[in-house]
Amino acid sequence: METLNAKSLSYQALNDYIRTLLDNGCRELVLKNVNGQRYIGAGVRGRARLEIHGVPGNNLAALMDGLEIEVFGNAQDGVGNTMNDGTVIIHGNATDIAGYSMRGGRIFIRGNAGYRVGIHMKAFRYKKPLIVIGGKAGDFFGEYMAGGTLVLLGLDLQPGEAIVGNFVGTGMHGGEIFIRGQVDSFYLGKEVKAVPPTAADQERLREIVGDFARYFDLEAEKILARPFTKLIPYNKRPYGTLYAY
Amino acid sequence: MPTLSLMPPEFRVARDDNKCIKCLACVRQCGFDAQQYDAEDDRLYAIDANCVNCQRCVSICPAGALTIYKNPPPMRPNAHWTEGHLRNIVKQAETGGVLLTGMGNDQPFPTYFDRLLLNASQVTNPSIDPLREPMELRTYLGSRVEPVTLEECRDKTRTPLVPIETPIMFSAMSYGSISHEAFASLARAAKAFGTLFNTGEGGLPEDLYEYADHAVVQVASGRFGVHAGYLNAGRVIEIKIGQGAKPGIGGHLPGEKITAPVAETRMIPEGTDALSPAPHHDIYSIEDLKQLIFTLKEATRYQKPVSVKISAVHNVAAIASGIARAGADIIAIDGFRGGTGAAPTMIRDHVGIPIELAIAAVDQRLREEGIRNRVSLVAAGGFRSSADVVKAIALGADAVYIATAALIALGCHLCQKCYTGKCSWGIATQDPYRSRRLNPEIGAERLYNLLRGWSHEIKEMLGGMGINSIESLRGNRLHLRGVGLNEVELKLLGVKHAGEAM
Repeated sequence: METLNAKSLSYQALNDYIRTLLDNGCRELVLKNVNGQRYIGAGVRGRARLEIHGVPGNNLAALMDGLEIEVFGNAQDGVGNTMNDGTVIIHGNATDIAGYSMRGGRIFIRGNAGYRVGIHMKAFRYKKPLIVIGGKAGDFFGEYMAGGTLVLLGLDLQPGEAIVGNFVGTGMHGGEIFIRGQVDSFYLGKEVKAVPPTAADQERLREIVGDFARYFDLEAEKILARPFTKLIPYNKRPYGTLYAY
Repeated sequence: MPTLSLMPPEFRVARDDNKCIKCLACVRQCGFDAQQYDAEDDRLYAIDANCVNCQRCVSICPAGALTIYKNPPPMRPNAHWTEGHLRNIVKQAETGGVLLTGMGNDQPFPTYFDRLLLNASQVTNPSIDPLREPMELRTYLGSRVEPVTLEECRDKTRTPLVPIETPIMFSAMSYGSISHEAFASLARAAKAFGTLFNTGEGGLPEDLYEYADHAVVQVASGRFGVHAGYLNAGRVIEIKIGQGAKPGIGGHLPGEKITAPVAETRMIPEGTDALSPAPHHDIYSIEDLKQLIFTLKEATRYQKPVSVKISAVHNVAAIASGIARAGADIIAIDGFRGGTGAAPTMIRDHVGIPIELAIAAVDQRLREEGIRNRVSLVAAGGFRSSADVVKAIALGADAVYIATAALIALGCHLCQKCYTGKCSWGIATQDPYRSRRLNPEIGAERLYNLLRGWSHEIKEMLGGMGINSIESLRGNRLHLRGVGLNEVELKLLGVKHAGEAM
């Protein structure tokens, strides 16, 4: 295991160190004092594990393919942007567009997430991306979603606080969204409908929430005690009748 | 059979029965079911309403028995309510939909290339004969920082320059919008000639990775087929912000075109709509653009220059300045004549500005700001000939993208029906019965021929001006003169009127 002190390193220098270490066979790397450096893990392939202490900058794990990154702190915009594979575990909050166009891999966020989380998430062959958010999420949750799974748990909500923003799943044409508890229909985009989860869904949620609880040292049973709402798109061609042929 | 329409057919199919040998080639080849055969009566007939005038049947008829006529407009002549407007209104009254079209803006807006003339040497300096004297068309694309210091040479974040053997590249056309055969033709021709083709936003098919070294790999808002391997395989990465035919809007590739191999390349499920959102939702500002540029550069370890493609819009010069400052190495600007596989007709025909004015404005602005060297400028949008290319370079472009011209070389007759996926020429279709009409080997040869012809013509024009390198023409507006342009136009283009001396 290697340790790197990121204090006052530019993102270019830091990422260069990280890539050089990984190229040379480092399998486990601890980054200390990370403070806003962008693009950590961007485009990196492999099976190594990165532990980040501090706040990584935007586009953490963008285009990443296989790494496991655990962040002990908050993350910023664009976590897992166009990510292909791997796991990102965030012990704080994440901001906007987490999982933009993500094709595979998993993102676990203990706290809240910003706007447009999971936008244009896809699925491909055996690849099925997953994002689990412990707290609440902002507007346009799952916008344009084309595949994969979003799970929103709404833990630690204050009384009267909404679990999700407006326009959930607008333009959604694939994949599925699970929201713990009830969601009033006025939050939903017009391309999605709410259905009760099936027994198979329950089984999968048990697994997903189990992983989440393990990463963050929570009790899965307590989380699962509340029923989930499942959101799916009406069809996979939302704009099929828009045009005059 | 088409449903009954209030509008008469746009075209008429005429068959000379004395010449027709009833080989039925027209029936088999018509992509739009206009040509029909009644086996009971052994009779060939046409459904005129289905004909789009793609000229496929006319071209392949071995007896030369077919002619397509424009159906005379049935309406009383009206300069304001044209036949086109009436047809559109009726179509929308019948369907309630958004009008779709293909290829570039076909409206009679001015083409400034036709109002610009080139210079040649007479007496005071010699012209050069490219047949016998060296003539340099090689162009290097990318960012040049000057002056170059030793420090900068060691700078790991400088992306390499990319040479192309002629200042002409194939513009973005995705696999999905065009057939695999058409896509492969472009890839092969680009490799053979030493220039680049552009994958568009649909990814690069596995079997064409051998051409990746000649590919501009595009990253658009839908991020279809984008992964680290794709980015690292290409020669240049292009962030697509906009397209000349449809500035400001996204794309909907209909589910019918997402066949198994297209789905595989785009990395999405088969039959689902491929929706490209209008903006990149990680880019709401120049600062955000910078972030995506450097995400891509970090992901490829600064080995690939990054291009940013925008449509030519009113504020293009200021936007281009921002793009250059955001760290792009190449800026591609697509004018309002740029083609498309599908765009709403109103957008295609009424949004954007001419590429001539955009290039002149951007080149001028970047030079005034002292940052012209930081980027290469690529002009696109309706280049019809080598003369258009030379004029664009004299206005300030480093190179141009061609797409419509390339498709015409492959057989396209501009029927503007690409969005139907029924292309009789095997270009804009995913139907194997149609697409196999285009042999990629022959297609590549035709494209190579086009590049060869244009490149030689460019050398002739350069030689005539007494210039022996394309680099000396770039932004050299003294070699251009306007004809019939007003003062504002001349000022914007930065050229004098014909008749004015140096």
